[in-house]
Amino acid sequence: MLDLVNALTLLANFVLIPGITYGSQLGLGALGVTIVYGILRFSNFAHGDTMAFGTMVTILLTLWIQSLGITFYPLPTALLMVPFGVVITTILVLGIDKAVYAHFRQVNAPPVMFVIASVGVMFVLQGLIRLIIGPDDQSFADGARFILRAREFKEYFGLSEGLSIKVTQLMSLVVTFLLVISLFWFLHRTRTGKSLRAYSDNRDLAQLSGINPDRVVLYTWILATALATIAGVLYGLDKSFKPSVYFQLLLPIFAAAIVGGLGNPLGAFVGGFVVAFSEITITYAYKRFFAYLLPEELEPTTLLQLLGTEYKFAVSFLILVIVLLIRPSGIFAGKSA
Amino acid sequence: MKKVSMFAMAALLSFCVQSKAEEVKIGILLSFTGPIEELVGPMAEGAEFAVAEVSDSGLFLGGSTVTPVRGDATCVDAGAATAAAERLVTADKVSAIMGSDCSGTTGAVLQNVALPNGIVMISPASTSPGFTTVEDDGLFFRTAPSDARQGQLMAEIITERGFGSVAVTFINNDYGKGLADSFAAAFEGMGGEITINAPHEVGKADYSAEVAALAAAGGDLMVVAGYIGEGGKSIVRGSIDAGSFDTFVFPDGMYGDGLLDDFGNELDGSFGQAPGTDSPGLATFAELVSSAGINGEGPFIGESYDAAALILLAMQAAGSSESSMLKEKVMDVANAPGEKIYPGELAKALEILANGGEIDYVGASSVELIGPGESAGNYREFEVQNGAWETVAFR
Repeated sequence: MLDLVNALTLLANFVLIPGITYGSQLGLGALGVTIVYGILRFSNFAHGDTMAFGTMVTILLTLWIQSLGITFYPLPTALLMVPFGVVITTILVLGIDKAVYAHFRQVNAPPVMFVIASVGVMFVLQGLIRLIIGPDDQSFADGARFILRAREFKEYFGLSEGLSIKVTQLMSLVVTFLLVISLFWFLHRTRTGKSLRAYSDNRDLAQLSGINPDRVVLYTWILATALATIAGVLYGLDKSFKPSVYFQLLLPIFAAAIVGGLGNPLGAFVGGFVVAFSEITITYAYKRFFAYLLPEELEPTTLLQLLGTEYKFAVSFLILVIVLLIRPSGIFAGKSA
Repeated sequence: MKKVSMFAMAALLSFCVQSKAEEVKIGILLSFTGPIEELVGPMAEGAEFAVAEVSDSGLFLGGSTVTPVRGDATCVDAGAATAAAERLVTADKVSAIMGSDCSGTTGAVLQNVALPNGIVMISPASTSPGFTTVEDDGLFFRTAPSDARQGQLMAEIITERGFGSVAVTFINNDYGKGLADSFAAAFEGMGGEITINAPHEVGKADYSAEVAALAAAGGDLMVVAGYIGEGGKSIVRGSIDAGSFDTFVFPDGMYGDGLLDDFGNELDGSFGQAPGTDSPGLATFAELVSSAGINGEGPFIGESYDAAALILLAMQAAGSSESSMLKEKVMDVANAPGEKIYPGELAKALEILANGGEIDYVGASSVELIGPGESAGNYREFEVQNGAWETVAFR
């Protein structure tokens, strides 16, 4: 019985909790991508760097209020500054929309033009971030770090395996969950949300029924930027802030959005978990897990690893290819990618 | 009109001056963007410090001036590094290249640009063992030691401290793989056990899978052959948080203040090694560059100064800025016999060489080139005590 508890604790500590954390971080990022895709109809490659920009603004504000002696114990101080980060980043993104995307909407450019323009915006944002805060790693997490510490858990329950849960890990899950629910409520229950969906379904018809397209664009960018900033800050709190890593996040985020079904918020959420868990479960070495469960003479001598960790990206992209082959619109029917 | 003609005269005048004592250009090809961008700024400044010292002395090749030209090697993108080097050689017409830093881009630039154009490269930081045997037409040198040496040394340190089984994670590039392989061979040769030898990719979003696999394999301690900002720190953080490892071994890529800032006392007892020396050269160098706001004891900064200095001193010895001439002289100026040259004494060295004398360049990193022109390697063994790097011994 004790062996079974040990085995499950082991799995929870190294697979379940990290998977849930990473999954909700990806899901939150994918939500922003999916909303822009669903309503403005293009893949926004600048999303990763919008996340980085929002996080950077939040970090700078956090450093400032920390220097004034204000903290938010036991939660990280950065949480207090997220709304301000969202506002400043939204102003920037709306400025970019006016300067770049508005023109392409005017001339009714094909989606691929928007995509390429967003790549340009991405590079400009990357340069801007490096100019302002530099390329270095920043860690800005303060407050309590752990809800549960591995060593204390081990001693308290008399187990040989520990379980650790960080504040940031729980926060990632809770915030993502709340945001998905409120986004769903917003899109389905409010007038503005319905107008967004109407615009997404049929642009011309929506305009004929009196929906103001400029308003729709405005709300979409506000939503997407708020999601990006929150996702970026949560990720930065849990790991650390490094501009180049936010660019790297773009790939798994798009994978999550496409697997779940581009344009579908629930799909983005689920897609994040699919990508995260596929990376972790397939490359985990199950040696110790089975060592607890099996009798001594059957104890495994190899690592029992399905695939080396260097192939973890191959796993999530294999899933992506399979989903696109079998269900091109994603697990939850979105717009076909 | 008057202004234009004056400008033209000035241009003409400067052209006349140049044609007598030429303007020599040196390429500084380092990864200003990419995974190690935070390390590179001071390295370039270190190299440019040497260039300025030589240029300002007025003794270089009959009063020639030297101008550094920067190029971005990106660390990971061999294509971009090659293009940058191509630009340095064909458009900027540099005589030699100081760089690059990451082993992968150095190899690409050597094969695609340096060899076809006959340009000398001196790398301050490429430590992959592969360069020891590469075909280089005598054009490639490095002031950094090969990781084959560091792997051997790391195995010795771990064994001496009485640890028998280790988990190894390495960054999946020429540096990490070369170091991990040479360490694994040496450690197993000494009777140690490697529980897992798992790569991690550069700068990815999440390292939970790596942390989990390493924890499952277990071991007395974990060797992290990576870079601080590119997954190394995340893996250490994850392993400490999950309670799977307490003691870590850090090779040079992980040696930096950025690591300790975030851990406080949690890493006490961990140890490792990085290139370093207790020769008077390093202290002199640190003092010399501190006026310019550079921390001379940071990783590979002294090596960068030395690489640039070696190129220029070899030119002086050869009496020409041509790579085909200077490549014959690099070993001569770097090694005995001759007058020992420390940082800040480049003017003295130029004078000795101009008078036909010999020098033995020591520089900031105790340069001693062996084999095909690579540093013999001096290492500092360190340990984390009370949240700070403490030097234990020099080897």
